[in-house]
Amino acid sequence: MTALALDREALLAAGAPALLRQMIRIRRFEEKCVELYSATKIRGFLHLCIGEEAVAVGVISSLLPGDAVISTYREHGHALARGVPMEAVMSEMFGKATGCSRGRGGSMHLFDASRRFYGGNAIVGGGLPPALGMALADQMNDRSDVTACIFGEGAMAEGEFHESANLAALWQLPVLFVCENNRYAMGTPLAHEHAETDLTARAASYGMVAWSVDGMDVLAVQEAAQRAIALVRGGGGPCFLELRTYRFRAHSMYDPDRYREKAEVERWREADPIPRLTAALAEQGVLGDSEVDAWETEIAQEIAAAVEAAEAAPLEPVEDLTRFVTSEGQRP
Amino acid sequence: MTTTWARPSSAEGTDGAVTTYREALREAHREALRRDPRVFLMGEDVGRYGGSFAVSLGLVEEFGEGRIRDTPLSESAFTGAGIGAALRGMRPIVEIMTVNFSLLALDQILNNAATLLHMSGGQLAVPIVIRMTTGGGRQLAAQHSHTLEGWYAHIPGLRVLAPATLEDARGMLWPALQDPDPVLIFEHGSLYPLKGTLADPPPDVDIEHAAVRRAGSDVTVIAYGGGLGKALSAADILAAEGITAEVIDLRVLRPLDDAALLASLAKTHRAVVVDEAWRSGSLAAEVSARLSEQGFYDLDAPVERVCGAEVPLPYAAHLEQAALPQPEGIAAAARRAVRGDG
Repeated sequence: MTALALDREALLAAGAPALLRQMIRIRRFEEKCVELYSATKIRGFLHLCIGEEAVAVGVISSLLPGDAVISTYREHGHALARGVPMEAVMSEMFGKATGCSRGRGGSMHLFDASRRFYGGNAIVGGGLPPALGMALADQMNDRSDVTACIFGEGAMAEGEFHESANLAALWQLPVLFVCENNRYAMGTPLAHEHAETDLTARAASYGMVAWSVDGMDVLAVQEAAQRAIALVRGGGGPCFLELRTYRFRAHSMYDPDRYREKAEVERWREADPIPRLTAALAEQGVLGDSEVDAWETEIAQEIAAAVEAAEAAPLEPVEDLTRFVTSEGQRP
Repeated sequence: MTTTWARPSSAEGTDGAVTTYREALREAHREALRRDPRVFLMGEDVGRYGGSFAVSLGLVEEFGEGRIRDTPLSESAFTGAGIGAALRGMRPIVEIMTVNFSLLALDQILNNAATLLHMSGGQLAVPIVIRMTTGGGRQLAAQHSHTLEGWYAHIPGLRVLAPATLEDARGMLWPALQDPDPVLIFEHGSLYPLKGTLADPPPDVDIEHAAVRRAGSDVTVIAYGGGLGKALSAADILAAEGITAEVIDLRVLRPLDDAALLASLAKTHRAVVVDEAWRSGSLAAEVSARLSEQGFYDLDAPVERVCGAEVPLPYAAHLEQAALPQPEGIAAAARRAVRGDG
């Protein structure tokens, strides 16, 4: 793992302190989710991105408000990085009316149309085709918005990836394909799932620019994302980023994590994006312990407030069970 | 064996020009593309080829490749792209060649188009129209001929239409595009060459109600799509025997127009449901169940069903025809309902 060998000016120019704070915020939020899951406040499937925060923060901080994000079921970090209020996310996991999907979605289906955050797709690969369509609509209307579609490396075994990569390249659609490669499709390691494990080469074979990046280094992620987004926004067609990362936790709260060695997890923990950047910032004198401590306090307060609000929030009335199956109001 | 059926058109004798079901569909597209710049058509061979069933012939010349988009053979990708475009303010029409191919896009149709509004707590409506050919009778064998509308009619969040007349072929597309939610339109493959006259201007149609296509008082025959012509032919056979059949065209397979069915049943007290699909778990089963649940005391005989045989549709003409509902079989079912004999 290469060190973050950036000087003070470069770190400040990249907005590194804000990136670090956001990663810490996501980490602490998910740690709280584990606790709440154990306390049975949160149910269903819960997939954590602990270890992968640099992907969420590096990519999403590079987008503009008018851009779109379509994500997977491991999307808490993406939603928080996109600005979906923590309280709305937490309330959703509590199944409350104030949740960002009014309690219909849960952890796997966080939506916020006002922030162009389109979930929350729990069918592996299922979010890719709609991403093409949003990009197509932008292209047809001469808008310069970018649609970022985040998926795991497991999705690259699905037909939908290949159909989508082909169509996006064929029509030169403004899509950023973000492959969050955490090396395991649930419990199946990369080499057991893909005949060709060079994912970037496979994406490039469709005729699009494709880069592989250290997904444990938020600054590297951000730099690559910015370059890719500029290319897509400039009409260069789709772009593919492979972000090599690792989840420190199991696939979900149900997963006993039998399929990988503890030593492997420990090796990857050495590349944890949060201490890595914290150390770099301290080394360059950008940030001291007291500032990080102050953030921790603020974040703890934000999380406590989100939990409190979620606890206190009303449930959707059962009489509203069948709302939102079809649109409300005048029909033709 | 009979291969021509009674004319399903419901507005003969008006001033309109002679046209076909195919041309009526094409005109509907032309109108929609002219009226609303958000409308575009995409699918396999809809452009240069003119549509695999020639529905979109000439449209790419008129509207350009930007709005009449040939896609790769990627049902999931282009159907899903339609969903995304709808989310982003467009009004896409996605054409899938046949209902059997639509299974390759079933994930997108069910898990995204039909689901996003609810799963997002009402934030994401998907105003997409997906059209496809359905049904048998053209010797296309088991991977181009099935009748799976009933599967789609099972799914909350979708509106499912089956135009069986020229008026509906011409008129259903525009209201479908005005619907804020996904609408599926099933065009029975045998109907494309159907000829008739269409009033000018064509009548507005709704996408809410079933329609009585022939009034009668002895038995209600409920059909849709490619089955409607056969039901009308059966009514002709029955009329010669002194049995007057009321023929109802479901038109809208989801949500079903229960009131229209029950109103007819209250008059005739007998019902025959015609459905090309396999009997088990079919739309015919749903219609029959609703009649029994809500019209039990109006029924003077068990509800009859005339469905497709439970086989993958075979190629050979005699086998295929034997597998599909036919007017004589429908008439026999009506006789059983009315007189207790076939």
